[in-house]
Amino acid sequence: MAVTELDTVVAQTATDKRRVKTTSKEVWTARWLLLPAVLFLILLTQIPFLTTVGYSTIRWNLLYPNDRGFTWFKNYGTALSSGDLWPSIVATVVITALAVVFSLLFGMIFALLLNRQFRGRAVARTLMITPFLIMPAASALIWKYSMFDTNIGILNWLSRTLHLPVISWSTEHPLLAVIIVLTWEFTPFMMLILLAGLQGQDTGILEAAQVDGAGPWRIFTWITLPHLRMYVEIGVLLGAVIIIQVFDPIAILTKGTGGTKTLAYLLYERAFIGLDVGQAAAYGVITVVLTIIVATIALRTLFKVFMAGGSR
Amino acid sequence: MTRSVRGGLVTTLTWVLVLVFFFPVFWMIINGFKPEAIASSIHPKVFFSPVTTGYQLAMDRGMKGYLINSITASVTATIIAVVLAIPAAYALSIRRVKNVESALSFFISTRFMPMAAVVLPLYIILKNLGLLDNIYMLAVVYGAVNLPVTVWMMRSFFLEVPFEIVEAARVDGAGLYREIVRIVLPLVLPGVAAAALISFIFSWNEYFLATLLTSNAARTTPPFLGSFVDGRGQFLAVLSAAATIAALPVILAGWVAQKQLVRGLSMGAIK
Repeated sequence: MAVTELDTVVAQTATDKRRVKTTSKEVWTARWLLLPAVLFLILLTQIPFLTTVGYSTIRWNLLYPNDRGFTWFKNYGTALSSGDLWPSIVATVVITALAVVFSLLFGMIFALLLNRQFRGRAVARTLMITPFLIMPAASALIWKYSMFDTNIGILNWLSRTLHLPVISWSTEHPLLAVIIVLTWEFTPFMMLILLAGLQGQDTGILEAAQVDGAGPWRIFTWITLPHLRMYVEIGVLLGAVIIIQVFDPIAILTKGTGGTKTLAYLLYERAFIGLDVGQAAAYGVITVVLTIIVATIALRTLFKVFMAGGSR
Repeated sequence: MTRSVRGGLVTTLTWVLVLVFFFPVFWMIINGFKPEAIASSIHPKVFFSPVTTGYQLAMDRGMKGYLINSITASVTATIIAVVLAIPAAYALSIRRVKNVESALSFFISTRFMPMAAVVLPLYIILKNLGLLDNIYMLAVVYGAVNLPVTVWMMRSFFLEVPFEIVEAARVDGAGLYREIVRIVLPLVLPGVAAAALISFIFSWNEYFLATLLTSNAARTTPPFLGSFVDGRGQFLAVLSAAATIAALPVILAGWVAQKQLVRGLSMGAIK
């Protein structure tokens, strides 16, 4: 069974024996306690979202404020036929998928390396989490200039030293540049989650496997990986949902050129440069639909991969 | 190969990889202390006599004002999220509402809602109310963005409070307010602090909403940094200095709270 956080919580609730007999007064007290938070969120997220859905059905460009009217699904039709939507969906999915996969991979390597006892481990761990903490706008700028730049970028200094061709990363390989920066930012995120998983392993089982003569690779694939399943799922799901909204590195590194115009950036262009509210709202709704699909697929795929691994 | 030699090799490899990974941060900090001509040189230099011109230039660009705005927005947003989350988390853990699961999924679904889906109406409504470019309004929006994570995370801490303690307090006739503020809160203080920290980190680093909902008076640090993109001439030293200042508070906060970070990032799912 796929263990999502929600399932975990539901399971916790079910097994929790704290439930005492509740009077109706207590039920109402609990409701009143919950109410402010719920109302606040409805006001600031649910209502604006429904408004976005509403906007997406009207013709409304701020350049022509008087030409406003209900157009049913015409904005979606325009979005689908404009030729901007599909590349944007591809960009969003490719950037999200590759950034998640690479950061998961590197996160796993670093988690395994840092799970050992060695001198200065705490320092190494502290250094490792720093890229995730740095303001993303700052990271994007640092990479753009001090790493990727053709003149002052370290990567190109390396290229010149090794007599390799000099590459303007953010203009020649914009997609790769964005993915590199995102991978760098999210590797610590995955590492922290996986490290928590590794440290929660039952050392008794690991020792027993060792005594039984299982090699490190066998122990890793048969015991550690299945144990990490829930942690990988949480990492991928949360990572994907955050990265799918990504805006900062695109605005700073590529401005949406070269196949990096994600839905968030497209919406920004349409709304705040093109001033087309109806059209932009349609992209907003499409982004939500895509987020739901990606989150669902991310969970299902993971679930399958792990079931295949576990039943061998 | 003996066991200890192999161990030594793995440790060396670990350090090499960690240092390569950390290098961009190291380089940012170093560049901030270089004179512009050295920072923007085609030949990278590690040894030089450090200067603070980069920092002075960053401050000359009015960075102090943006930093103050960032602090105002992050602190206010965190207070809003924490104040609303404490009673909510309490109702989802100790004094249970009936549908805990649906309430929890409601919170998580708002967290997963892309900003892109809500930013347009927020922009238009705030514009009509004359509340665009208002730092407290930005803080209110951040409060809403942070609230779901704060609720989930605090709930995971509240669940660890031994119920006997709450029961004893009730038997002694403690009212609801006393039960929360005097009995439960002191026990979950580390959790509240961790949730507040996550909320602060998010608000401090946020770029998308800050770019769209502020322009001048309420501009925060991330869009200010973003404006360096259009720079001309040599500016790597001042850029690195500004980026270092901007990143420092969260780096320090994150380093101090490393243990709680995982729990916050996973919304309390991983302890």
